[in-house]
Amino acid sequence: MNQTQSPTLPIQEAESPILSVRNLTTSFRSDDVWKPVVRNLSFDVPPRKTVAIVGESGSGKSVTSLSIMRLLPKRSSYIEGQINLGGQDLHTLSDDEMRRVRGRDVSMIFQEPMTSLNPIFPIGKQIAEALTVHKPLSRSEARAEVIRLLDKVRIPNAASRFDEYPHQFSGGMRQRVMIAMALASKPKLLIADEPTTALDVTIQGQILDLIKTLQDEDGMSVLFITHDMGVVAEIADECIVMFRGEAVEMGPTENIFLRGKHPYTRALLSAVPKLGSMTGRSLPLRFPIVDVLTGDMQPQRDVIDTVAQTKSPVLSVKNLTARFDIHSGIFSRKTAAVHAVENISFDLFEGETLSIVGESGCGKSTTGRSVTRLIEPVKGSIVIDGHDVMALNRPALRRMRRSIQMVFQDPFASLNPRMAIGTAVMEPYLEHGLGSRRQAQEKAADLLEKVGLKADMMRRFAHEFSGGQRQRIAVARALMLDPKVIVADEAVSALDVSIKAQVCNLLLDLQQSLNLAYLFISHDMAVVERISHRVAVMYLGEIVEVGPRAAVFENPQHPYTRKLMSAVPIPDPSRRTLKRELSVDELRSPIRSLKYVPPVREYREISTGHLVLLN
Amino acid sequence: MSSNANLMSGNPRPAPVAVEEASRPASSRIRQILKQMRKSKFALPGGAIVLIFIILAILAPWIAPHDPYANDLMAMLLPPSAEHPFGTDELGRDILSRVLVGARLSLVEGLFSVSLAMLIGVPTGMISGYVGGRTDTVIMRIIDVMLAFPGVLLAIVIVSILGPSLVNAMIAVAIYTVPIFARLARGSTLSVKEEPYIEACQSAGMRHSRILLRHIFPNIASTLWVMAALRVALAILTASSLSFLGLGAQAPSPEWGAMLAAGRNYMLVAPHVVIFPGGAIVLLVLGINLFQDGLRLALDPKMAER
Repeated sequence: MNQTQSPTLPIQEAESPILSVRNLTTSFRSDDVWKPVVRNLSFDVPPRKTVAIVGESGSGKSVTSLSIMRLLPKRSSYIEGQINLGGQDLHTLSDDEMRRVRGRDVSMIFQEPMTSLNPIFPIGKQIAEALTVHKPLSRSEARAEVIRLLDKVRIPNAASRFDEYPHQFSGGMRQRVMIAMALASKPKLLIADEPTTALDVTIQGQILDLIKTLQDEDGMSVLFITHDMGVVAEIADECIVMFRGEAVEMGPTENIFLRGKHPYTRALLSAVPKLGSMTGRSLPLRFPIVDVLTGDMQPQRDVIDTVAQTKSPVLSVKNLTARFDIHSGIFSRKTAAVHAVENISFDLFEGETLSIVGESGCGKSTTGRSVTRLIEPVKGSIVIDGHDVMALNRPALRRMRRSIQMVFQDPFASLNPRMAIGTAVMEPYLEHGLGSRRQAQEKAADLLEKVGLKADMMRRFAHEFSGGQRQRIAVARALMLDPKVIVADEAVSALDVSIKAQVCNLLLDLQQSLNLAYLFISHDMAVVERISHRVAVMYLGEIVEVGPRAAVFENPQHPYTRKLMSAVPIPDPSRRTLKRELSVDELRSPIRSLKYVPPVREYREISTGHLVLLN
Repeated sequence: MSSNANLMSGNPRPAPVAVEEASRPASSRIRQILKQMRKSKFALPGGAIVLIFIILAILAPWIAPHDPYANDLMAMLLPPSAEHPFGTDELGRDILSRVLVGARLSLVEGLFSVSLAMLIGVPTGMISGYVGGRTDTVIMRIIDVMLAFPGVLLAIVIVSILGPSLVNAMIAVAIYTVPIFARLARGSTLSVKEEPYIEACQSAGMRHSRILLRHIFPNIASTLWVMAALRVALAILTASSLSFLGLGAQAPSPEWGAMLAAGRNYMLVAPHVVIFPGGAIVLLVLGINLFQDGLRLALDPKMAER
């Protein structure tokens, strides 16, 4: 073993580890060349402990877990090294023996609870199947066992939900079902590959609590794979930081967080937004950027106040309501409506960032799309830069869209794969007839430089860029029309932490130089705290609390705001033993019957501009 | 596709480093397609067959040893010989010359009718899928009615109305191919329409015509090309069938189907009269189908990963 190149966890003295990986190297074949994706990785998972592998996309953390399970395609992958599970070298087992190890000794849960369950079988049957694969059971025995498992993962009314189908469960409940299935044969090791990434923050908190509780009850070991330092701090006893296929640092979580030596670890930790780090500041703050190779911290420039509250707002929304009808029956009559956005009002001033936060289904994205009339709102008034948006006809609407531009969540999907990015950036400018091709080219080149790319990249295609670079391109494209307002719909949510920090800094820089107003839609409380001037919290289509950022974050008044904030994982390992004791519940649905009359809402003003919904 | 599905199939995510490559000219794109096509064993032989037919068809008037229309009543139904490598037909015409000139007709039949079908079907389908609602319902019901007729039967009805001739046969084949392209274009448009980059275009205030032409069409084109290649082969078959039934190309024309029809009475005494034109149809259609299979592999990004 090469101690200098790959650090190893200190060997536990009393107990031998459950899983012991030595010199694992996994290579993939691409164009007839074998490329190592994981290099020379060695680590142990001690009994009853949680080990987290943390890293950004492309670091090889998921490949590591799939290598352990031997779930990689045989023809295009090659695994070297020893993987020792409870005294058995998994590498030497036959395919059939390996199949029996899976699910019995090691189980796995995945990121997407929405697609990991088979939609055509009741969940009870699916769990029973996982049980009977490894142990012959009669039907009634299997049923009893399944209900016991559903109870164990704290699914309310387990017995009555046995025959329900996956679509009748919410995301969090499905992840509980997945965990129940993984626990079916009491594995020694549970591999959790980003199990909470796709879930809302309050649900994530519940699932993390559940994993901790189950570990206390059953004494299994957990190998937890994640990109989220907050989650690591909360759940892991030991932690392995991976970077480009190699473990750059490993050790007890506290050591990594408090005394991380490798520059990459420090860069990663400094890029993680921490909720509550902005106490006492009223203006947004840039993220500190640490050089990955040297570990030097670049000084962060202060931001100046760009908000022009004296002028009239650049975007003013009054009583906006958006609903989606639900049709059913043979004649597809309107039977109910999703009250996605219910009677919300807000103003956005030049140079200001107003963030809308909330969980999935709260109506935050619908608000963003309604403002640009990508969705037709039911009622309300929207005034952008002097245009009454609701009164515009089609050509006028097209012109209005010059003042308000959007940046979307998924940088991989929001650029046309068949178009050179230069053409894509120039396109809106030419389409609106704002100038000649030559002017468009100059402007596009200028904007690409402004967002941190090079002008000579214009002839490349989207797939040649990384996620962060694509999001920069999307920003450049939005700026091509000199908009007053940019609606950023989860614009940094799909990005890796370090990239996220850079793109947030870019947005702040652009606000400083161009006096842009942002409507920043996000579920990420920590990012929102960093970059907003004002914050609006949405719940079930309504704004429950709105106000200056410092007021909302330091003095949250509405119970939902408090719940949301307490659920955010804090990257501080000293809080690891804490459990949130969140009640097991699901997000409520904004589907209402046709007779439903929305109640008249009143707001109480706590301090200047800080409004809270009265119940 | 979610990143998870990607991981489950074991494909590593691309490393977050942009490829250092200045630009991708069209020639490299073609080279890339050819490289992918080599993975399908029969694609290149198929392409070679098609290419040979195209070259022969272009050069036909210069390389044909005899005049394809010249009767020679002294040399009727002669078996293959050095003078007439494919033999002669019931009027003493050189079959090799007729098959060579007939290749032009067959290729034109295939390409013309499929182009016409695409010209009508693709815009109809794209508009139907993009606009949706009542427009979509109306257009699709008309298409459904067209699809309800068996293909050749519909073509026969159309030719009976228009009158038998090669051009009318091609129009008939085109009309019955329209619904296939309309449905395909509509389905692909429906899925591409939901992509975030289309919404990004709408929020940038672009015209619908531009979104359809510049953003949706290039992204559904590869599916359409694959289908087009497949339909060219079928169109050649159908047009030949119509000619065989006397509804397409008429008497002296060296159309392969018409040659089969004329030769079928002499099939027992002089089998070469049907073997060579029949063989030409089989070989060309087979070549196109093999080529099409490779094209499908090369243009489908999901297949390309393997």
